[in-house]
Formats: sequence, C-alpha cells, structure tokens
Amino acid sequence: MAAKRATRKSNVSKEELLKFYREMLLIRRFEEKAGQLYGMGLIGGFCHLYIGQEAVVVGLEANTEEGDKRVTTYRDHGHMLACGMDPKGVMAELTGRSDGYSRGKGGSMHMFSKDANFYGGHGIVGANVPLGAGLALSDKYKGNDRVTFTYFGDGAANQGQVYEAYNMAEIWELPVIFVIENNGYAMGTSVKRATKSPSLWQRGAAYGIEGEEVDGMDVLAVKEAGARAIEFCRSGKGPYILEVKTYRYRGHSMSDPAKYRTREEVQKMREERDAIEQVRKRLLEGDATEDQLKAIDKEIKEIVNEAAEYAKESPEPDLSELWTDIYVDADASQNA
Amino acid sequence: MATEILMPALSPTMEEGTLAKWLVKEGDTVSSGDILAEIETDKATMEFEAVDEGIVGKILVPDGTEGVSVNTPIAVMIEEGESADHIQVSAAPAAAAAEAPAAAPAPVATAPAAPKASVSVEPDYPDGTEMVPTTVREALRDAMAEEMRRDDTVFLMGEEVAEYQGAYKISQGLLDEFGAKRVIDTPITEHGFTGIAVGASWGGLRPIVEFMTWNFAMQGIDQIINSAAKTLYMSGGQMGSPIVFRGPNGAAARVGAQHSQDYAAWYASVPGLYVVQPYSAADAKGLLKQAIRDPNPVVFLENEMIYGKSFDVPKMDDFTIPFGKARIWREGEDVTIVSWGIGMSYSLQAADELAKEGISAEVIDLRTLRPLDIATVIRSVQKTNRCVTVEEGWPVASMSDHIGSEIMREAFDYLDAPVLACTGKDVPMPYAANLEKLALTSTKEVIDAVKAVTYR
Repeated sequence: MAAKRATRKSNVSKEELLKFYREMLLIRRFEEKAGQLYGMGLIGGFCHLYIGQEAVVVGLEANTEEGDKRVTTYRDHGHMLACGMDPKGVMAELTGRSDGYSRGKGGSMHMFSKDANFYGGHGIVGANVPLGAGLALSDKYKGNDRVTFTYFGDGAANQGQVYEAYNMAEIWELPVIFVIENNGYAMGTSVKRATKSPSLWQRGAAYGIEGEEVDGMDVLAVKEAGARAIEFCRSGKGPYILEVKTYRYRGHSMSDPAKYRTREEVQKMREERDAIEQVRKRLLEGDATEDQLKAIDKEIKEIVNEAAEYAKESPEPDLSELWTDIYVDADASQNA
Repeated sequence: MATEILMPALSPTMEEGTLAKWLVKEGDTVSSGDILAEIETDKATMEFEAVDEGIVGKILVPDGTEGVSVNTPIAVMIEEGESADHIQVSAAPAAAAAEAPAAAPAPVATAPAAPKASVSVEPDYPDGTEMVPTTVREALRDAMAEEMRRDDTVFLMGEEVAEYQGAYKISQGLLDEFGAKRVIDTPITEHGFTGIAVGASWGGLRPIVEFMTWNFAMQGIDQIINSAAKTLYMSGGQMGSPIVFRGPNGAAARVGAQHSQDYAAWYASVPGLYVVQPYSAADAKGLLKQAIRDPNPVVFLENEMIYGKSFDVPKMDDFTIPFGKARIWREGEDVTIVSWGIGMSYSLQAADELAKEGISAEVIDLRTLRPLDIATVIRSVQKTNRCVTVEEGWPVASMSDHIGSEIMREAFDYLDAPVLACTGKDVPMPYAANLEKLALTSTKEVIDAVKAVTYR
C-alpha cells in the first residue's frame, strides 16, 4: 500500500506552471460567472460550484492521453473545462439553451461529451462510481490500455455501491482510478460526523486496492500522484484510489447558506492554501512577471465573458426538442 | 416394513424430472445421507439422498426414465430380514420417454397448459418455414448464443451465469463456447454490477445483464432508470445505452412475497426503456435477438413458470421480431382478451373454454409493453365492443389501467361494457398454496370477466 509521498516540485517548468495557472483560473472565473448568472436568474435549479477544488482536475488531467475517460458527479463544470470542453457550450447548458452540450436538456448536473470522453455529470450520489468501473471494463474488454477517472466526493464514499464497484474492479483488474475529492463536507455534514474511519482511501485495502492520500490544494502533488495512478492502471494492475484532500469555498449548491462551518475556516483556507495562489506565488518567485500573469487574467476574463454572452444569446431549445432523444433510432444506428 | 421412496420435488417449480441414474442397486444396504440416485430437473442434475437406513428392496423406475412426476414411487426400501418378493409396482412412471416428447413438460401448477392451436394473423416468419419444438429456456439461450456469435461486443454478466451454467439454466453452455471474458460471473451485488454494465454500454459494448430474478433488480433499479433510461435525453442525444436487462419476473411457485413481484407496469412507465415480456418460445427468441441488437436499454421480463414450456420456433438463420407489434393468437367476435407473458396461458385457456359455450374471444398477446401496440387492441375492440385485460401484477397503476384508459379515449363509442381487468390481488404474495392461488389471477377469473362483459 502506497503512503503519502513527498512532492518533487523542483523539476516543474515555467510553461507547465503557467498552464496550470491558466487552467485553474479558467475554472475559478467560469464558476464565479456562473454564480453571477445564477443570481440573475439566468441559471436555474441546482448549481454546484467547484471553486477551491480546481487543482484536483487540473492536476489529474495533466497526465491523461487521448482515449482516457472521465466520469463525475453533479459538481462537474471544472471537470469539463479541464478535459478541454468548450466553456461556451458548458455555460449555454447552464442557461438551458440550445447550444449547450446537452442542447439544454441536461443542465448543470448532466452534461456529456463523447468527443472529450466525458461521460457526465451524474446527480445520484455514488451512482457514477460503478458507471466508471463499467467504462473501464469496456476498455479492458477491447484490450486497449486506456484508463477511466471516476471522481466522487467524501459523501459518495459512504454509499454501498461504491464498495460493490471496488470489489468488482479489483477482481476483474479494471483500469479505473477512483478519485475521492474529499472537500470535508457532504453537503452540510462534515466527514467527521459521517464516518469514524479516519481515511477514506484506506477502505480500498479491504478489497485489495492500492491508493494514497494527496494534497489537493497543491496541483503539482496532484499531478505526481495522478502519474503514479495512471502508470499503475495502464500497466494492467487494476484499480487505484486517490483520496484528494481539497476544499470548496462556496456552499454545497447556490442555495446553501453554509452554516455548518465558520467563515474563519473558509477564510483561512483561502489565504493559506489556495491552489491558484500557490502557483501564482511560485511563478512570481521564478522569472514570471506580474504583467505576464495579468495578461493571462485578462485573457481568461475575456473567455468567460464571451461564454456568458454566448450562453445568454443562444436560443432556448425548440419546443419540439421535448420529444427527441428519448430513443436511439434503431435503423439509423444500425446503418451508421 | 417396506417404505416407498417417492420422486422428490427438487425446486419450487419442479413437476417432473428424469431419473438419470441409480447409484444403488437392489439388495444394497444404505444409510441416511447416502446418495441413492441422480435426478435431472429442468434446471440442474441433483443428487437424491436416503433419509433413513435400510435395504433397497426394489427399484420401480429404471435409469434414464424421463417425465417422472413428483411423488411417483421410484423405489421401495425394506428392513433387514424382509423380503422384496411381494412388492408390487404400485404406480408406473407418469410418462415414459417414448410416449411424450422430452421437451414437453407437464403443465405447471398455476399456469394452464398451452392451447393446441395458435393463430397469428400477421406471421413473424414466411409461410412454410420449418418449425422446431423448443422450450422457452432453449430459445433464450439460442438467442443469446446467436447474437454473441454475430457481434463480439455482446457479453453476458450476472450471478451464476458462467460456471454454474445459470441459476435457471438459461445460459447453459455459453461459458464453454464464449469463455470467461464474455460470460462473466458477478458477485452478489446487483446495485454495483447494474451500474458497471451501463457504464460498459457507454464504452461501446452491448451487455446482457441477467438478474436471477427481477425482484433482485430493485437493488439496481436506480442504474436502470436514472443511468440507462435517461442518459440519452440528458446528453442531448449523444450517449445511448445499448443494453439488455433480463431475467424471470413475477411469481414462480410459493417463493413468497419478496420473490414474486411482477414489474411490467413499473418499467413500462419509464420513457427511455423498451419493455418486452414474451409468452411463447418463438417470441422469446425473436424478441431477445431484437433486444440485443437494439441501441436502447431493454427490460426483458421472463417467467420461470414457462421456461420449460415447449413451443414451435421457426428454423431460420436470423429470426427477429420488431418491438411494438402485438400478436393475435386467436381471432374472435364477441370479446377481446388482452394479455402478455404468463397471462397468455390463462387467456388462451379461457378462450378455449368460452368457445365451448359459444363465446368467441379474440386473444391478443401484446409481447412488448413499451412500445405498446395499442392500435391492434383498438381495432379489435372496435370489432368486439368488449375487452378484458389479464395481467399478473398488482391492480393499482397497472398496465390494465393504462390500456383501459386508452380504449376509453380511442374507442369509447364502440364499448358495450366497461373494460374489466383480471390482475394479481392487491396484497403481497402469500406463501400458503391456497392463498397464493387466490392472489394470482386465473383462467376462471378471465372466464367470469368475459361473461360479465358479454352479459352471459
């Protein structure tokens, strides 16, 4: 069983740090904008923001290759941006418009992209874990060496089907990386109140699955742990668990007043551990300049504003869309 | 004192079996727990043990006898010093192999026998096609094997489907032909493996998930509905789930409330699913092949009580039946009886009885509940002006309710009587034999309902 490891941060290039900075900043600014649009009534229903957790997906996506798959929960905007989906299409789905990834029929929690091998966007806590194991089964069956990232939270980690999936993933040696994004709270219930087991990744030991805990506020640590996990899975050794310790700054969803934790707790995390600030500081300690970073900030802001405008302008789905996409046309698919 | 050894019932639905092999001979002394014989049921070969010690006095049913009814005396045990000479053969085996075809099972306790003639006004295969007597069990197996040969992305997973050869022997022989990669034994974790199968379907495979019974699928129903049925819609048409969920549905025989529920109406209410419930072996085969090829998630409801029932199946290289096409088994003038699955056995038997009394019933087998061939039902009701529906499930929010409301909407002016429903009773399934019989619908209930709507 792997233990917590020291991060070898010394050999990271400036280009890579800039890339991480840009990608994490895109998620944060995108989510801030989504929060604004929600406040304006342009986004409805549930909207779960990823602010604070950016280093998790950005660090893990840094090692992925073409054909690797990912599936996650309803807190999915960051994952979509990190795997290269278009911010315009994601934002237009949030506003429920026809140019959204699901043509307005999925919403914040249910987006998919076959092109990006992004398999959703799932609203039932825990349900995406066996789904991810099944995606991995399809790759193993086909005999390729692709891996599936299956993201879930500390809340889902208490669902029974997670452990059913662990068990089968290990007996069938499925190439799946179970990523527990432990942000400390399952909606309003802290991890401490939900379980007495101090470590979520170590539960894998009961099924013979290796894993490790990772500092999820440190994108470089996440990237390195991700590399180990991918190497393990790609070489056919079966599943691997990463428990990534992270923190969400916003409430569970837009309607969560977050009374279950103190303002100070959030503030302390933002000031001392923020993933984007860590990279920014490191860049400035190197030979990056404030101007260089400001230019990136400006560029990201433009991308996000453009996405928001696009999402406002895109028309609502045609009323005929109510009745489409319920069944695949058998004849059409057989001819395809 | 001589004691008769009776043919044992070795499963809840066993009515008869084959006495495959005696492991003792006349004159042998046996102790309690010794294996006397191997007996083949419709599901497995079982070892039959001695209960008491004694001497095998006489073997009444020889090795290899097929169709031996449960409770037929098969041997006589004597005590030491007792002679076997006086023993008379008190009962012959119920059916010798030569007299009855091996594939034809005895009628099962709660399901009437198949009718002698079946009429389809729109045949599913060309006239003159050679027909082969086949059990529903064999038809399902053949359908899976043919589709697995045709498409190597098709695989079967479930509890006991591989090494055990299927809890109900549906997957018999598939492991040998296709190997462990494509015939996958799962641990007992319906919730987990249902989700894994749906994920695999998104990854480009075509899983067939066998539930040992649909009752156990309730553990995984979230994955069937929330993940398999809804994802195409939620993804704006990007991601369908080509997957078949199949297994026995509804009551078997005295297996109690938790193992006896009919899920037809539950799943038929879900947009995004196709729901199939065949009655005959030909339909089981043609519809399962269709289900495996279909790019959508299909709930395929079977019935343990008719697995062993034999029907003619067309001998064709590739026999499929499209969804949403009802079959008219019997044409009639006075009343339309609408059913599907095991309800067909009551319906057809009732139609036979009613014919003797001069009431001509048209019997429609819906075969698929989603899509529902309501047009065929409406056309029939416009002709007969009366309708009785027959289903095994509970009466509230039933398929019968839905069919009745469709008829009221589409053929109100044609009705000469209210549409009556024969359904399972509004109770959990009891264990006691008499109560279970009462809880299920019956041929008599169908006859009574028809008489009520025809005012006889």
